[in-house]
Amino acid sequence: MNEQNKFFNILIAEDDSDDTVLVQSAFQEFDSAYNLFSVQDGVELLEYLRNQQRYLDSTSAPRPDLILLDLNMPRMDGRQALAEIKADPYLRSIPVVVLSNSDLREDILRTYDLGGAGFIVKPQTFEDMLEVVKVINQYWFEVVQLAGGVRLKNGKSNGSVPIFTG
Amino acid sequence: MFNNAKPVTFLIAEDDPDDRLLIHEAFQESLVSNSIYFVHDGVELLDYLRRQNKFADPAVSPTPDLILLDLNMPRKDGREALAEIKSDPQLRYIPVVVLTTSKAEEDIMRSYDIGAASYITKPVTFDGLVEAIRGFKQYWVQIVCLPAMDAT
Repeated sequence: MNEQNKFFNILIAEDDSDDTVLVQSAFQEFDSAYNLFSVQDGVELLEYLRNQQRYLDSTSAPRPDLILLDLNMPRMDGRQALAEIKADPYLRSIPVVVLSNSDLREDILRTYDLGGAGFIVKPQTFEDMLEVVKVINQYWFEVVQLAGGVRLKNGKSNGSVPIFTG
Repeated sequence: MFNNAKPVTFLIAEDDPDDRLLIHEAFQESLVSNSIYFVHDGVELLDYLRRQNKFADPAVSPTPDLILLDLNMPRKDGREALAEIKSDPQLRYIPVVVLTTSKAEEDIMRSYDIGAASYITKPVTFDGLVEAIRGFKQYWVQIVCLPAMDAT
């Protein structure tokens, strides 16, 4: 299950930069092989996924294996962005996990109805965030087979510096 | 914040009796005591979800919070069943996780494409299966909020 030399691209869509840093820092606590990318709202998220505007270069904006999506964001919120991703034949195979401050039943139901692959209420402490990130890592990158197959970790400078955008 | 209090109902569609037994045992090994229900093929799965035929009684066949779905089953296979579930407005909010022996890239892509919440290849050893079910439950029971329609 836990194959060597795999690496994963995770895209975080989050408008609050403190929250983005919290998620990034939690991921960095684990010695797993992934690159983190971030965007700040739904418009940027769709531009990133479609390699438009400043995301033209697919080597610096690669297709993510997993998207972590905030719901309440300016310009285009997470609900709309999720609906667009799941309506796009080129994008809809990417799992989208909602990570939101909301715990409204309506948001939870709507997320699953639109095709979300999980709804997580954002942890308020770093300790809880570590636990969430640990479980996400184990589930998505060790138990689950993601779409898009295995990529080898070639050309990565010993797996060190994650690339941040946005 | 980690909610272990609420009971979670899993519905597992699996035609192989040996696999059903193994999955059942793996669920017990992984410590979280939740309700699990089994159906044997895609026809039964849809009957169960629509409370038809022998699944009419909601006390006996409660709405699942999550479905674990084998792909290769008689009568109606998992691909067809998944497509039906995800095109039914009454059912599509239920997350469906594929659990199958198939490692075919085509099956993986197609499952995500028609709306699977994730795709798990059945580990070949019992220990591997226990480990996978443990990871599965940590994610879906401990950190994720499920739709829980029966909770109302």
